[in-house]
Amino acid sequence: MGRHLPLIFKNSWRNRRRTVLTTLSIGVSLCLLGLMMAIYHAFYFSQPSAEQELRLVTRNKVSLARPLPQYYGERIKAIPGVREVEIEQWFGGKYIDDRPEHMFARMGIEPDKFFTIYSDAKIPQDQKKAFQQERSACVAGKELAAKLHWNLGDRITIKGDIFPVNLELTLRGIFEADDAFMNRSLFFNREYLVQSLPESRRGEVGTFVTLAATPDDVPRIETAVDDQFRNSPAQTKTETQSAFGLSFLAFLGNIKMILLSVCAALTFTILLVSANTIAMSVRERGREVGVLKTLGYTSGTILWIIVGEAVMISLLGAVLGLGLAALLTNAVRSMPTFNAQLETLTIAPSVAVMCLLVAALIGAASAFVPAFNASRVSIVEALRSED
Amino acid sequence: MAIPIAYNFRNLVVRKTTTIMTALGISLTVAVLLAVLALVHGLAASLRSTGDPLNVLVLRKGSNSELVSNFTRQGFQVLKDKPGIARDASGQPMASLEMVTVINLVSVDAPDGTNVTVRGLTPIGIEMRKSLKLVAGRWFNPGHREVVVGESIAKRFPEAQLGKQLHFGTGDWDVVGVMSAGQSATNSEIYADLNQLSSDQNRSEVLSSALVHATDPVAADALVKDISNDQQMNMDGELEQDYYAKQTQSGQFLQILGTFVAIVMAVGSSFAAMNTMYAAVARRSREIGTLRVLGFSRASILLSFFSESLLLAILGGLIGCLLVLPLNGVTTGVGNFQTFAETDFNLTVTPAIMLTGVIFAVLMGAVGGLFPAWNASRKEVLTALRQV
Repeated sequence: MGRHLPLIFKNSWRNRRRTVLTTLSIGVSLCLLGLMMAIYHAFYFSQPSAEQELRLVTRNKVSLARPLPQYYGERIKAIPGVREVEIEQWFGGKYIDDRPEHMFARMGIEPDKFFTIYSDAKIPQDQKKAFQQERSACVAGKELAAKLHWNLGDRITIKGDIFPVNLELTLRGIFEADDAFMNRSLFFNREYLVQSLPESRRGEVGTFVTLAATPDDVPRIETAVDDQFRNSPAQTKTETQSAFGLSFLAFLGNIKMILLSVCAALTFTILLVSANTIAMSVRERGREVGVLKTLGYTSGTILWIIVGEAVMISLLGAVLGLGLAALLTNAVRSMPTFNAQLETLTIAPSVAVMCLLVAALIGAASAFVPAFNASRVSIVEALRSED
Repeated sequence: MAIPIAYNFRNLVVRKTTTIMTALGISLTVAVLLAVLALVHGLAASLRSTGDPLNVLVLRKGSNSELVSNFTRQGFQVLKDKPGIARDASGQPMASLEMVTVINLVSVDAPDGTNVTVRGLTPIGIEMRKSLKLVAGRWFNPGHREVVVGESIAKRFPEAQLGKQLHFGTGDWDVVGVMSAGQSATNSEIYADLNQLSSDQNRSEVLSSALVHATDPVAADALVKDISNDQQMNMDGELEQDYYAKQTQSGQFLQILGTFVAIVMAVGSSFAAMNTMYAAVARRSREIGTLRVLGFSRASILLSFFSESLLLAILGGLIGCLLVLPLNGVTTGVGNFQTFAETDFNLTVTPAIMLTGVIFAVLMGAVGGLFPAWNASRKEVLTALRQV
C-alpha cells in the first residue's frame, strides 16, 4: 500500500491552492480543538503532585464566605492519619489599587505549620526563621516577588475589606513551591490579623488545610472530618486541594458543557471542510479514475488513494494547528489568570495524540462516501465523464 | 451592466452539496458567536434592570460588594435622618437596613451545590423595590423563619420550591412565596426577615448594607456625596444601578473565551468559503468567457462572484441564527466574584444579536469571496473560453 504514497502526495499537490486553503482551514479549527482539549485536560485531568494529593481543605459547607470555629482544628488533628492541621484565612483586601498585577491571593496562615504542610515550598532557613519570629512578617511566592520587584525587608500595606483591618507587613522571605498558584501568592501570620479583630470574631477561621500521612488515608480523612461535624452548628465540606480548586471553576458557569459543545462544533466544522474539499477534488477526477481502472487498479486501491489523500491533508492541518495551539498555550501561561490550572496550560502528549487521531478519523470519514462512489463507477462511465 | 443575482442563486442551487456544506461551516461559527452574545446580553440585561434610579446603596468604605460590607444599627440611625430621603405614606423614611449572606444550594447543573445570595430585610425594603412582585404564595411574616425565593431560584434549585423547606444556618426555613422582578438579578436572591436572619447568623448588631430611596434624581446624587463625605459614618454611597452595572464583569471570562473561539473559527470558515468560491470560479471558466463575450465588464463579473460568496455566507448566517434560537430563554447562571454567589439569567437572542450574526457571516463571505472573484474577473476571454 505504501507504494501509492507518492501518488497520494502528487494528487494532493495538483491543486495547490485548494490544498493550502483546506490545510489552513483545518489547521485553524484543530488549533482551537487542541486548545479546548488542553483547557479541559488542565481543568479535569491534571495530575496533582504527590504533595497536593496529601492535602485536604475543609471549609464551611454552606459557603466559603462563612467561617468555621477555630476549635475544629484540634478535633481534626485527633483523627487518625492526620499529620498536621493548619488554619488558612483568605484576606481579600486591596494592595495599592485594583490593577490586575496588584490582584494576588493574600492568606493568613500559621507560620510554624505552613512549611510542614507545604513541604515542597523551598525557603532559606534564616528567612523561614525570620518569618516565624516576627508577627507582622510575611512571605511571598517567587513569581509574585519578582513581578512586583519586592526585596526582603520591603513594607507591604494591604487595606482590608472583608476584615476592617489594614495590614502593615514586612517581607521576610521568598519561597518557591511546585504549585504556580502558591508562587503567585502572599502569606502572612494569621495571628497578626486575629489581634486586630474585635473579640467576637477572633475564633473564626476560613479554612483548615490538613496534611495526611499517606495517600491511603486521604479518602478516609475526607469523610471522617465531615462526619465529625455533621451535627454541629457549622457543617463542613472537606475535599482534596485539587477538588477545592475545581469548585471555583464551577463558578465561571457551566464550563464543562461549554468546552464540550465548542469541541463538538469544531469537530463538525472540520468534517464539513474536509468532506467538501475531497468531494470537489474527486468530482474533478472522474476520467482519471477511469484511466487508473483501465491500468488495472482495483476499486480498493482507488478507495485507499482517495481516503489517504484526505487523511494526509487533515493530518497536515493537525500538525500545523497543534503548533499554533502550543504557541497560544505559551501566551496563556504568561498572562495573569485567576486560575492555577490555567497557569500550567500545555498541550500534553495525550492531547496531541488525541488531536491527531481526531484529524485522521475525520479525514477518513469525510472522504469515505465520495471515495466509495468514485471507486464503484464503471470504467466506461468514468472515462466518459466531462471533467 | 450587472449580472442578474438570479444567476448566482441558480449556481448555488446547482452545486447544492458544496453550498450546504460551506454554509453549514459558516453557520456553526455564527452559532458559537451568537451563543456567547446571547449569554453576555442576558447577563447584562439582568444586571442592568436591577436597581431603581432613585435608590442609593450604602456600603462600608472600601467594600465593593454587599457581602463584605458591614453596617451597624447605630450607623443606620444616623443615615435615616439624612436630607433627601423620601418618606412613605406613613411618614417613615424610605431606608432599609439589610443583611446579605450566601448559602450553598444544590442546583440542576451543580450537584455539589452553588452559592446563592440570601437577603434579610424589613417590609420597607420590599416596598422600596418597586418592580418586585409576588408570583406565588405570600411574603414572609416578620418574626418567622420564612423565605421568599426569586423566580430563577425556584426554577433552578429543586430544594427551593414553594411549600418546601430550605436548610441553612441553624435550622429549617419554610419557602412561603416566589417573587419576580422582571429580568433583574433579584430573581436569583432569597429574601428573609432581617431580624430572623441576622440572629440566625449571629450578627444582630452588624449587618451588611442599607438602601435608601431619594426624593428625586438630584437628591439621589446629593445623597451619594453626602454619605461618602460623612467622616463619622465611614460609609460609601452609590447609585444602586451603578452597583449592579459593575457586576457584568462576572461574564467576562465566558465572553473572552467565546469571542476568541468565534473569531478563530471565522478565520477557518473564511478559508473554507474561499476554497468553495475558487472551485466555483474554476468550474465556470467557460461561462465567465461567455459572459465577457456577451459584453459584461470585468467589474460585473467581480461583483457577481463576490455577491455569490456573500449569498452563501448569508445563508450560513441565517442557519446559524436558527441554530441558536432554541437557546433563547434558557436559564443559566454564572458565579459572581463580587457577591460570591450565583446570578441567574435568561439567554436572550434578540433581533439585534441575530443581525450581528448575519453581519459576521457576511464578513466571512467577503473575505472568502474577494480573491476568487478578483481571479474570475481577471480571466482573459479567449483563455477562459478555451478552458475545459
